Amino acid sequence: MPGITREEVAHLARLSRLELKAEELDHFAEQLNDIVDAVARVSEIAAEDVPPTSHPLPLTNVMRPDVVRPSLTPAEALAGAPAAEEQRFRVPQILGED
Amino acid sequence: MSVIDLVPYDEALAAYDPVMGLEVHVELGTATKMFCGCSTELGAEPNSQTCPTCLGLPGALPVVNEIGVESAVKIGLALNCEIAEWCRFARKNYFYPDMPKNFQTSQYDEPIAFNGYLDVTLEDGEVFRVQIERAHMEEDTGKSSHIGGATGRIHGASHSLLDYNRAGIPLIEIVTKPIEGAGSRAPEVAKAYVAELREVIKALGVSEARMDKGQMRCDVNLSLRPHGREEFGTRSETKNVNSLRSVERAARFEIQRHAAVLNEGGSIVQETRHFHEEDGSTTAGRIKDNAEDYRYFPEPDLVPVAPPREWVEELRAALPEMPRVRRERLQGEWGISDLEMQSVLNAGAIEPILETIAAGAPADQARKWWMGELARHANESGAELGALPITPAQVARVSELVAAGSLNDKLARQVIEAVLAGEGGPDEVVAGRGLAVVSDDSALGAAVDEAIAANPDVAAKIRDGKVAAAGALVGAVMKATRGQADAARVKELILERLA
Amino acid sequence: MTDLIRNTAAETAAAIAAGEVSAVEVAQAHLDRIGAVDEKVHAFLHVDTEGALSAARAVDAKRAAGEELGPLAGVPLALKDVFTTKGVPTTAGSKILEGWVPPYDATLTRRLKDAGVVILGKTNMDEFAMGSSTENSAYGPTGNPWDLSRIPGGSGGGSAAALAAYEAPLAIGTDTGGSIRQPGAVTGTVGVKPTYGTVSRYGLIAFSSSLDQGGPCARTVLDAALLHEAIAGHDPLDSTSIDAPVLPLVAAARQGAGGDLTGVRVGVVKEFAGEGYQAGVMQRFNESVEILRGLGATVVELSCPSFSYALPAYYLIAPSEASSNLARFDAMRYGLRVGDDGTRSAEDVTALTREAGFGPEVKRRIILGTYALSSGYYDAYYGSAQKVRTLITQDFARSFADVDVLVSPTTPTTAFPIGERADDPMAMYLADLCTIPSNLAGNSAMSVPCGLAPEDNLPVGLQIIAPAMADDRLYRVGAAVEAALNNQWGHPLLEEAPAL
Ligand SMILES: [Mg+2]
Ligand SMILES: [Zn+2]
Repeated sequence: MPGITREEVAHLARLSRLELKAEELDHFAEQLNDIVDAVARVSEIAAEDVPPTSHPLPLTNVMRPDVVRPSLTPAEALAGAPAAEEQRFRVPQILGED
Repeated sequence: MSVIDLVPYDEALAAYDPVMGLEVHVELGTATKMFCGCSTELGAEPNSQTCPTCLGLPGALPVVNEIGVESAVKIGLALNCEIAEWCRFARKNYFYPDMPKNFQTSQYDEPIAFNGYLDVTLEDGEVFRVQIERAHMEEDTGKSSHIGGATGRIHGASHSLLDYNRAGIPLIEIVTKPIEGAGSRAPEVAKAYVAELREVIKALGVSEARMDKGQMRCDVNLSLRPHGREEFGTRSETKNVNSLRSVERAARFEIQRHAAVLNEGGSIVQETRHFHEEDGSTTAGRIKDNAEDYRYFPEPDLVPVAPPREWVEELRAALPEMPRVRRERLQGEWGISDLEMQSVLNAGAIEPILETIAAGAPADQARKWWMGELARHANESGAELGALPITPAQVARVSELVAAGSLNDKLARQVIEAVLAGEGGPDEVVAGRGLAVVSDDSALGAAVDEAIAANPDVAAKIRDGKVAAAGALVGAVMKATRGQADAARVKELILERLA
Repeated sequence: MTDLIRNTAAETAAAIAAGEVSAVEVAQAHLDRIGAVDEKVHAFLHVDTEGALSAARAVDAKRAAGEELGPLAGVPLALKDVFTTKGVPTTAGSKILEGWVPPYDATLTRRLKDAGVVILGKTNMDEFAMGSSTENSAYGPTGNPWDLSRIPGGSGGGSAAALAAYEAPLAIGTDTGGSIRQPGAVTGTVGVKPTYGTVSRYGLIAFSSSLDQGGPCARTVLDAALLHEAIAGHDPLDSTSIDAPVLPLVAAARQGAGGDLTGVRVGVVKEFAGEGYQAGVMQRFNESVEILRGLGATVVELSCPSFSYALPAYYLIAPSEASSNLARFDAMRYGLRVGDDGTRSAEDVTALTREAGFGPEVKRRIILGTYALSSGYYDAYYGSAQKVRTLITQDFARSFADVDVLVSPTTPTTAFPIGERADDPMAMYLADLCTIPSNLAGNSAMSVPCGLAPEDNLPVGLQIIAPAMADDRLYRVGAAVEAALNNQWGHPLLEEAPAL
């Protein structure tokens, strides 16, 4: 398995919305390289015919009836908001779509 | 808006073969959201229908709405899909402020329904089969309003305000396989497909599927390839096209735009595009580069959904008659032509007609009123037939009064006008305006005699056996009685007197 | 008065029920103890004096009205700061949630309140439960009451330290890879990871959803059983909650305390020994195995070959799920917001906030998880790790066909000094070597004190592992070992701890 490069760490940081500082990038790249080397071992025994387990329980079909339950009040919903306006969450300008 | 010189439509089609993919999102009409018990009622005040789960608060967990799953299975069955014996939800990871958890709980490689088709009827009666790739369950996002920019656009806005009432409302995403072979009819197929899908959804009762309310939204993916080539060209994805007409226009525009780019030796950029109602154009949005990596993985907070086979078969057996089948049946029952049926459909008159029949009117009468007087009204006022301020029961009552001879057609039209004008129900209007057919001989006799006296030439012709001339005298009597006379009886009286 | 803080939960509940002491007196005694020692220990991030006293008053009023009290009514408890508490700050040990006051109670919080348990406050933890030392808390480390310069384990170091420092007789932890058991082991207390799905996760701030499980921490096995019964049971708000009756854990603990393990088959996992295991830890562990034999159990050695892949699998699965679970901390709806100066975009503010609000271990795991889930790497990493999970579950199933419980040291070493492994993630991760397989497979496990390592006089934990939905076996075997050792020592191990 190839190691993880500094550029890759930078890309992953962007994907996960982390504004890493340059020295953090270097440090993480080094540490993650070691970690990735170690964890890559899983492929040694992960044979084709072994089914994956996503969940420790064999449960299926857990559902709830379509019945309305009380919501929070708008005041409760907004209580933790860094900023609010007109009973809405106020956020900085959103880039991207237009 | 757009400065590109579009290639004329026919010219584009002469050189290229369009391939379409349609992705339709349907908001289900469940009482609660997909993963929490918050109400889905529209029009509530901002953030009043939110809870820890749909706000993505730390610690909160989702639980699947059973009607959401049932609706998905019904849609899958109606679209002739296979229903998964076992499937899962997956997380689609990307950051966006209107998405509280910064992942959408959706389905990825294990959709609940897959491999189906929907037959759609085009204007000329030709049937086109659209193959369905999959239908899967997911959740809607919150709603953002952009403040400080022009007309609520993101661009230039200073900040945005978020309302999460819509976040978590159940969505079913229905994705077609690439639609090939439609040629110049591709835009028409797109429109007909979305229209048919909407009818199916409505017939299933799982959503009102109102496009104008955002309950049904369509993404139009389109690419062109030169005739004879196998592989697809690069596609554009026009997002959130929100009316049937727009679906057709968006497809048409993109065909012309792609052709223009390709003709100049350019290449199509894979990007999302936005449709503009004003001029039917599209403009570029976000470029889809390879940085887009949703890192799907099975949702660990939910357990798999394994619809029991008996349950699926029960749902299949209980499916309502599908709209196309029903239309064919009604057309047969009503004994009308393809063309007539098409205009009934175009007018959106099926439901009002059926309800009027259910209220006691004969089919031909119900059709006559809705497709005649009322359709004209709807046209003039720009309203949908179903939205006119008259009920099918009221139309049936008018028809009943005509059948009983209490009203003639002319009076009936007046009654309908009055009902639409808010003067009350048919009986109130008849009473209030004193409208009733006069068939009493003593009352009519005088008017008939006057008419004969005033038109000696006509009277002479009738005496000579020209019975057809009686129409002129009938008209005179009707005019004199302000339309309230029973025209058939008037004619009889005239002929008796001039025999 | 000092007895009030040294009593077990069972004794305290009985005293309150008998009217020998009021719940308010008990609560006040613990609040006073916290006031006296927590500056040194730093087990608590938030002490809810008013909430605790008012809960205690409610218990006293109920008793005065002649109403029946539950088995833990009036008993104080330290709650790991990873469960939401309505109206009481909840941080998960992170700066990004500093000052956040949840508008809702976790199901577990709700159940504790309904049981009349007096919640004293919220305990320190590694940020988002990522760590084995509590050094990753944004609010500073917690000291191990046995030696304040050493770690109390993690991530639930605050809960374990609160017990060992007599600040509370009961505590709640969460165990994703050992975060209840390893702190229990290094502080000389009892910690149980219940079967996955038996304690609701609703309101537990998620680290790794398919691994996290809340559970009881206590100074005695019986107390753990009492608490375990109070918090377990089906919750319709958690889709992964098992709809089955709670096992008779208290009865099992009482039976085990009788000291007879005749007919119980015990397996020693061969793989949990060798390089990296401290000699004194192995010595105490081997003595415990002999004690089990002496109590009538049959002991066999068996092998679980896939267990050596548990750590790598865990360090793919947990960070992957965490990278997604922690995406919600984006500065939009709650918590910290950094850099919103009116010119920056939401995207930039999110990235700046996450940079400022998350500590290095959290960032490291988010990046690792993002990597493991990326297209192109998914199959090799996340996919393979899930296969290892299957193999580990199969190894357990094979073992439990032959034995009733498995045993091992809980953690390879005793408490290490604060700072020793702080910037060496791989060394830190080894602390969870023996505990992780049970999280991957979802079965139950307990750590119970089994003595002090001769070389450093620090507590050693014995891990007992039972199949899923057989948590009662832990209590029977754990209580038997506890009784035998207390008998041998003449008192509970914790009395060996230096005074604070
Ligand atoms: Mg979608
Ligand atoms: Zn909700």
